[in-house]
Amino acid sequence: MSFEPLNLISSRVVPLLADNIDTDRIIPARFLKSVSSDGFGKNLFHDWRYRPDGTPDPEFILNKPEGRGQILLTGPNFGCGSSREHAAWALYQYGFRVIISSGFADIFRTNALNNGLLPLEVSLGQLQFLMETYHSNQNGTWTVDMESQLLIPATLAVTAFSEIPFAINPFRKQCLRTGSDVVDFLAGMKPQIAEYETHSLTR
Amino acid sequence: MRSKTLFDKIWDQHEVAVLEDGSSVFYIDRHYLHEVTSPQAFAGLEKRGLPFFRPDQAVATMDHNIPTIGQANQVMGPESSLQVSRLQENCEKYGITLYGMTHPRNGIVHVIGPELGLTRPGMTIVCGDSHTSTHGAFGAIAFGIGTSEVEMVMASQCLLQRRPKTLRITVNGQLTAGVTSKDLILYIIARLGTGAGTGYFIEFSGEAIRGLSMESRMTVCNMAIEMGARGGLIAPDETTADYLKGREFSPSGNDWERALSHWRTLYSDEGAEFDREEQFNASDIPPMITWGTNPGEGIPVDGIIPVTDPKALAYMGIAGGDRLLGKKIDYVFLGSCTNGRIADLREFSALVKGRKKNPEVIVWIVPGSKQVEKQARDEGIEKILNDAGFELREPGCSACLAMNDDKVPAGKYCISTSNRNFEGRQGPGARTLLASPLTAAAAAVTGKVADPRTMIGSEEEDREA
Repeated sequence: MSFEPLNLISSRVVPLLADNIDTDRIIPARFLKSVSSDGFGKNLFHDWRYRPDGTPDPEFILNKPEGRGQILLTGPNFGCGSSREHAAWALYQYGFRVIISSGFADIFRTNALNNGLLPLEVSLGQLQFLMETYHSNQNGTWTVDMESQLLIPATLAVTAFSEIPFAINPFRKQCLRTGSDVVDFLAGMKPQIAEYETHSLTR
Repeated sequence: MRSKTLFDKIWDQHEVAVLEDGSSVFYIDRHYLHEVTSPQAFAGLEKRGLPFFRPDQAVATMDHNIPTIGQANQVMGPESSLQVSRLQENCEKYGITLYGMTHPRNGIVHVIGPELGLTRPGMTIVCGDSHTSTHGAFGAIAFGIGTSEVEMVMASQCLLQRRPKTLRITVNGQLTAGVTSKDLILYIIARLGTGAGTGYFIEFSGEAIRGLSMESRMTVCNMAIEMGARGGLIAPDETTADYLKGREFSPSGNDWERALSHWRTLYSDEGAEFDREEQFNASDIPPMITWGTNPGEGIPVDGIIPVTDPKALAYMGIAGGDRLLGKKIDYVFLGSCTNGRIADLREFSALVKGRKKNPEVIVWIVPGSKQVEKQARDEGIEKILNDAGFELREPGCSACLAMNDDKVPAGKYCISTSNRNFEGRQGPGARTLLASPLTAAAAAVTGKVADPRTMIGSEEEDREA
């Protein structure tokens, strides 16, 4: 779905320091009944965020002032489970643009990229460091620079991880930075695709 | 000639182009659709003013949202009704075959595709659903995609893909009595972990895999996604050809012979290298059950609950060090794209035959398709179930993800033949224990977690008597 170009993000970090956060957790199945691609932000992490009676749980981070930011910091295997792209929509529509983790589920990673969300992968060791950095300076502003592919956390001293480079596929980087998507690119290749089809054995 | 894996062969055969950065423009032979992940993709296509490129290669069904009783009356909430009618409108508009809710061939997308002969060896197959990996059982590269990628396939019949690494999982020997392919895959995920397959595509091989029926192979490949893999495939063989011969859309005549000779090329070469290899012995595999909140948190049905993951233990209301065996169960669900096929209903009914449903358990038996439902009726399985106090429902995804009314209440325990036990998956606060159809049957008659091996011998004695 369409998204704003992503070039430079400067924001506080919102931590959700659990491993294996699955897409049912990110957006429960009962919210997938919509035929629209909007309106998912309010249901992000719904069953952690709201009590059974529907009132916000004041203990959950998204319901606190520190819960509004563009950068999510989370544990490995983020986005595992169902392929629902609604999970990426919910994260984007809540306001996140960058998710930092030591591992992303494959389908979620692609869904994120297709929706203007950067899955920023770091090593487990770097993730540990970043969690400690967050705890020592919870209101600090972190920067994510797409052009130089650098994550600059709000460290209180100069450390080996003052700037963490991250990897991103060049084509995907270009799409994120310009807000363009892949559908039009592939549709433009139809002549080549039709030529391929003439010798397919399995279609 | 370099030795290639089966995955490499199929991948190479479907590359339309390779971009500068190494990504492939990757051709998709078969596109399955359902009502939940397609509406926004159709809307996107319309907004761009693009045609649906290859409607003949797309097949749609309704499965996730629909009720499993009273389908003829089509009583659903307004949002579900809208999704269903939206898919109907879109399929009419673009000329896509749709097996709607009351169609005799309707069912769960990953059950009806193979039934109809639409899934074949050597194909590339996608659907907006992660359990698309199921179709890998036929020796296809099959995987789940999000709605944006659904739109890409609608517009171009292609995706942009990075080639994953390859993982071969070899299972030697044979499964023992009372142990099913569901236990096999739960065992493997418990041993390797839920993130072990991330970045990989799996090939399942070995004597135990060869010995499985197509339906059992589908159960294995279905859950490849639960260990993080894009998908899993099994090389086609005589079992595959026998399953596909004569199906409604299977090739026939000269086309069948042509297809067979292509399928005979679909195997990993001797000496082909995989990025990672794992080996297991089938005789080590017991009936399994999950205790926690991800599919990798499984133990033998008579095993001890670990003390790891206190959060999962708290959610499930169990203690590390205890056993699950003997635990009272509130619900049993037989169904889903994992275990909703005729073989699964046969296994369940063979165990419950001559026994009675435990009065304190609510049991949902949901066939994977209308054809499975009909076959269950024709074979007398429905009668065996009714005599034992069970009812057959109508097909749909049902309690696997509880989008319809088949929800497990908070705090209640459900033994489920589906594929995920995440917190809240079957309803907020629901407590899911994943297991095989045999273990589900054992719970349905005893009202507790029970070892099916202690209950299957007697039914064979009855038959001999």
